[in-house]
Amino acid sequence: MNQHALLFFLRGQGLKFAVIVFTFGLIYRLLHPVLLGRKKNLAAPRGGEWGPGMRTIWHRSLFPVRLTPRGHFIIIAGYIFHLGFLITLLFLSQHIELVKNTFGIYWPALPPGAISIAAVLSIAALAALFVHRITDPVKRLISDFQDYLVWVLTLLPLLTGLALDMAADYQRMLIVHIISVELLLIAIPFTKLAHMLTTFSSRWYNGAIAGYKGVKA
Amino acid sequence: MKDHETLSERLAEQGISRRAFLKFCTALASLMALPPESAAAMAQALAKSLRPSVIWLSFQECTGCTESLTRSYTPTLESLIFDMISLDYHHTLQAASGFAAEKSREDAMKNFYGKYLLVVDGSIPINGGGVYSTIAGRTNLDLLQETAKGAAAIIAVGTCSSFGGIPNARPNPTGAVAVSDIVRDKPIVNISGCPPIPSVITGVLAHYLTFGTLPDLDDLNRPRSYYGTTIHDRCYRRPFYDQGKFAKTFDDEGAKNGWCLFELGCKGPTTHNACATTKWNGGTSFPIESGHGCLGCSEPHFWDAGSFYTPLSAPVVNIEATTLGAAIAGAGVAVAMSSLDRNKIHRAQQAHEIMSVKDL
Repeated sequence: MNQHALLFFLRGQGLKFAVIVFTFGLIYRLLHPVLLGRKKNLAAPRGGEWGPGMRTIWHRSLFPVRLTPRGHFIIIAGYIFHLGFLITLLFLSQHIELVKNTFGIYWPALPPGAISIAAVLSIAALAALFVHRITDPVKRLISDFQDYLVWVLTLLPLLTGLALDMAADYQRMLIVHIISVELLLIAIPFTKLAHMLTTFSSRWYNGAIAGYKGVKA
Repeated sequence: MKDHETLSERLAEQGISRRAFLKFCTALASLMALPPESAAAMAQALAKSLRPSVIWLSFQECTGCTESLTRSYTPTLESLIFDMISLDYHHTLQAASGFAAEKSREDAMKNFYGKYLLVVDGSIPINGGGVYSTIAGRTNLDLLQETAKGAAAIIAVGTCSSFGGIPNARPNPTGAVAVSDIVRDKPIVNISGCPPIPSVITGVLAHYLTFGTLPDLDDLNRPRSYYGTTIHDRCYRRPFYDQGKFAKTFDDEGAKNGWCLFELGCKGPTTHNACATTKWNGGTSFPIESGHGCLGCSEPHFWDAGSFYTPLSAPVVNIEATTLGAAIAGAGVAVAMSSLDRNKIHRAQQAHEIMSVKDL
């Protein structure tokens, strides 16, 4: 298979497969625990569930004020990584073109320079978090193979995307970039990366439990 | 024209000055990214060289490649090609026809066995024993195999002979293939493009006559000096790509301002060719300069690589329905599995036995 045929496959059937696994897996992971239901709570409710649940989703996205210096580092690096990743993903014109050609919706793009800065900051944050993970004794002890795997799978699309316009061979780098993205899509439902959706359902649940008991989440 | 004449004798006969010839060699050397000294060496070698016999076979093609070579501009570098070679067989250009035409091919093969150059344009159909294209009652496949045997080297001109081209596009009813799919024991240079740039053909021939070897080739057997960089790398609109300025339609402000055509499906980033530097029609322009994205015609399977107007970052298949289908399936399976799991929990609860004092 030459490079052109490989690129065609990755933009066609390869992408289709990755999208099927990603969508099917993520929807399943989100809905299965919800549909499984909960044991009936026999205690009398002291407050609502929906309101406190939604509030908790929002509150936990805000910067917590009372933190140790180490806590500050993890939160700030986490913010930088996530924001950089989302900006790169959602505001690069080539990515918007993908959505436009698939679903017909589109929005304004950011200049490539801004995207590059976001991607570099995101990569730097990932690198810093990796160093922290392997130097902090507790973090290192509780990290398993999957933690390192998802780190690599998240880093690769950012790195290869950034290298795309600097690469001597654009096509080869584009192939590597698309492979890295498709691997990430396939891995998301099977790993901790599923938190891209489940983080919201679990936050809601935490808030809802507290709301039912009439306490602040 | 006498076959044993050297090029310098031939040029002198035509009244072409040595100065003009040197300019031609300098241009060729520069096009092929050879060092400046090689222009003189090339002039010397070309002037002395005997014109090699060239057999040009046209198979499943549209004659666009020959048109590209012969109808470029005048006075042409390409017109000189016919002074450098002895074109002994070419359907479109030769005066002879019928048996006489075929005899000239057979004579050239006999007289210059092992020395002649074979130029091929067009793909070779192999389905049904190759019956989809025949010349003088013989299949293209048969002719190619016979003629390739005595060739010193083969030059595949155009995307059809290089990679199968348009006849090879799905569903490829004739089983069209490239020269390199059939001939495996001869050096082959692919000069791809639909059509290829005329001076690339001249350049490769001049290189062969000067150095007696074929030029340095890339992984698809194309001369690196012409196919070493992409259209995107050399495009004059590249600064707009880097600034994120894209034409969204063919008649919007961006298009009028000459912004990058990436979002209109330009295949420049994945296409290796010299269009952006050598240009067409006597250096007038190339497709992107005329406001249309590159189609990627010098690359394999360019016809089957999705729409010409789909950006490179977009899918070549419709994944909207797939995404919706996968979401519905995921929800359906979640409903089914959660129902099964609830039953399991319920059965486990039913199976609980109440412990009494007696059990203790």
